[in-house]
Amino acid sequence: MGSLTVTHERADSFFDTFERKAELQHQTHYCPGCGHGIVHKLLAQAIDELGIQDRTILISPVGCSVFAYYYFDVGNVQSAHGRAPAVATAVKRSRPESIVVSYQGDGDLAAIGTAEIVHAANRGEPITVIFVNNGIYGMTGGQMAPTTPLGRKSTTSPFGRNQWTEGFPVHVCELLNSLEAPVFIERVGLGNNKQIMNAAKVIKRAMENQVKGLGFSFVEVLSPCPTIWKFNPVEAQRFVREEMAKVFAIGNLRDRTKEAVQRPAATPPPAVEDIPRILGLVNGEAEAPPTGRPDRALNLHIKVAGFGGQGVLLLGEVLAEAGLESGYEVSWLPSYGPEMRSGTSNCHVRLSSDPIDSPLVSRPNVLLALNEPSLRKFLPALEPGGIVLYNGEAFPEDCARRDVRAMALPFSHLADEMGESKAGNIIMLGALLEATGLLEEEQVIGALRRLVKSQRWFELDLKALECGREEVRKQPFPLAEDYLWGV
Amino acid sequence: MQAQLTKGNEAIVKAAVLAGCRAFYGYPITPASEITEAAALYLPQVGGVFLQAESETASINMLYGGAAAGIRCMTASSGPGISLMQEGLSYIAGAELPCVVADIMRGGPGLGNIAPEQSDYNQIVKGGGHGCYRTLVVAPGSVQEMADLTTWAFDLADEYRNPVVVLADGYTGQMMEPVRFADPIAVPPAPEWAVRGTALTRRNLVTSIFLEPDLLERHIRKLEAKYHEAERQVARAECWRTDDAEIVLVGYGIMGRVLKAVVEQARAQGIKVGLMRPITLYPFPVATLRELSRNARAFLVAELSTGQLVDDVRLALDGRRPVEFFSRVGGNVPSAEEVMAFLVHTFGASIENQEVLVHG
Repeated sequence: MGSLTVTHERADSFFDTFERKAELQHQTHYCPGCGHGIVHKLLAQAIDELGIQDRTILISPVGCSVFAYYYFDVGNVQSAHGRAPAVATAVKRSRPESIVVSYQGDGDLAAIGTAEIVHAANRGEPITVIFVNNGIYGMTGGQMAPTTPLGRKSTTSPFGRNQWTEGFPVHVCELLNSLEAPVFIERVGLGNNKQIMNAAKVIKRAMENQVKGLGFSFVEVLSPCPTIWKFNPVEAQRFVREEMAKVFAIGNLRDRTKEAVQRPAATPPPAVEDIPRILGLVNGEAEAPPTGRPDRALNLHIKVAGFGGQGVLLLGEVLAEAGLESGYEVSWLPSYGPEMRSGTSNCHVRLSSDPIDSPLVSRPNVLLALNEPSLRKFLPALEPGGIVLYNGEAFPEDCARRDVRAMALPFSHLADEMGESKAGNIIMLGALLEATGLLEEEQVIGALRRLVKSQRWFELDLKALECGREEVRKQPFPLAEDYLWGV
Repeated sequence: MQAQLTKGNEAIVKAAVLAGCRAFYGYPITPASEITEAAALYLPQVGGVFLQAESETASINMLYGGAAAGIRCMTASSGPGISLMQEGLSYIAGAELPCVVADIMRGGPGLGNIAPEQSDYNQIVKGGGHGCYRTLVVAPGSVQEMADLTTWAFDLADEYRNPVVVLADGYTGQMMEPVRFADPIAVPPAPEWAVRGTALTRRNLVTSIFLEPDLLERHIRKLEAKYHEAERQVARAECWRTDDAEIVLVGYGIMGRVLKAVVEQARAQGIKVGLMRPITLYPFPVATLRELSRNARAFLVAELSTGQLVDDVRLALDGRRPVEFFSRVGGNVPSAEEVMAFLVHTFGASIENQEVLVHG
């Protein structure tokens, strides 16, 4: 006899023996006539032909192809049910040079994983998705799939799939074709050798697209499941050809590979030393760190409260930031709520010479009340001897205390006169500073400079500070300047 | 670096980037959204990946993919989102992948509200997903610790090949305190087992499936041994004024801070109170608690849940000392005065006895 010529041999991208399998390591776990074996072979051939075995990472799903990693001699990541496109997304983004294949069945992709496939496609992730559609749940033993044709019986549609109760079969290619980003969407079949030859070409195209960096490529494969369908393999192929293909039209739905542009390359990472600057951890000008604790001992529990939009949180932040600059321990804690209008807002600020235990202010010794409800709510808790600044002409008669140091000024009104009604918070800050000498001007202005991004507002706030100071100089606050020290 | 006034949530991201984290996959939720927002701002600038996923389910599975590819990666969420991530956490632990998850707890169950609670303790510390796995859990009590424990979390995740959760409450996420950040490190080389799409890593496989019962049992025993090792090595707690404490308060996160103020108030009244603040919740600092029980007469656990941490305290003490319990829920955080009143009310009799002893 003459020498034999091998025309079809096992693809290099398959293992020679399937050592990850517990037994029968020379054959697959797929049933005779199952489409997965064929699709595996076509995919392995494509990987071989494109010379990308080392670069390929296969994401296997949950379902009959859960063990795809038994067979493929490529990088393998096995994923949770339906989540392969999410896993594939991150693998591809982490390793852009790799060729990532998300391999999924119909239950995995079109039922539990609907969100993941739609959004991976919509982001145009430059991966290849192989979607094996046999219209049934195979591994779990024959339950209805989202792609089961109407009228077909399964263990969970024992009377046949009914549109009124089970809905219509999901057409995934058509669904994805409504999105802007995918570059390639095609449905193929395994109904006869001609269809299989075509499937081989299409799968290779979908892989090649990724090698060229073109974008999201999707191949749906109508595939036989003789065991669950209860057909012999020949009948099962006929069913794919004649019945499945009637429900799911075979053909190309989209090929934008010619127009597709390569994704812009990622910018190279910065030097490690540069990262603190990027994170905003290095100040432009070199600043001397605070030199130890200030001479004066301080233990402030400040509550700032008012309506949302009055600058309550900023006022607290300026105090904390300036306190930190002055060398104190500080904390700032906002009350936070849904981002909705007309809420109330308050924050807790601590400034202390000693490490701060609780950042919560339950018994304030300074209360900055920007509206009446806040005054009524928090004044009762003010420590005897504490300070309260109230945004109003005078304290309401039924809301006053004799054992605290109180000042009422129409800060919002003063702000209106300045031409910027929102500056009332900083006018109040100016008044507080003038009345108590709490913090040095330099640190307060430094804090404002860092926190107030707009130059116009920064300048306005400087005026507002001065306005507040001026008001207190006009009608001195009945406070001993140093009374807070050592509280 | 100079101390900088930083919001808790932002501190997590900055520390993560400095620790070589180069991927963040997340979905916004109050009160954790600033983490996702800061990640969106910084990661692209350091050559990393930021992706706002379609759901928390997708986020955690992206984390699975990123970790499988050998990248230091993280996500962040809060109660409802964390519940959705439990499936993925089980897979990540099963596949022995390192990653960091920040949970900034809010009120539950269901939609609950967005104010601080500590009611995710059980789902995080006990493992809310299926199977015999644990997550390592660190519990920051300050913004500085939000940074420091995030840094540590990445190292722990790599060392134990396991997800590590930074478990904080809404207040610790939202508040600002000065932080000194660590110096940046270069991105660590990908681990040998990672699937990177290279000739060298072609035979690598990331999976959590072990079909044969014997193989799965061997795998579970391996995980178990790893957790036992972590229990010996990782547990950490802060003991505050406990040397002479007769009553030891126990609380973590924002409650740890409130309890420090309670310690001060109690001592001002002559009651010898100290604080034990767990810094790791799993492994739980059992040995520290037992050591404290030698001198302390009683323990008082305070937490923002109807009783989750307290179970671990009782298990650790195993009946050695009485354990009292104080809780606020629904987004309410008690004042130090409120806890103090409870303490005096609960231990009143014994405190008076103590005074008798002193005078006698």
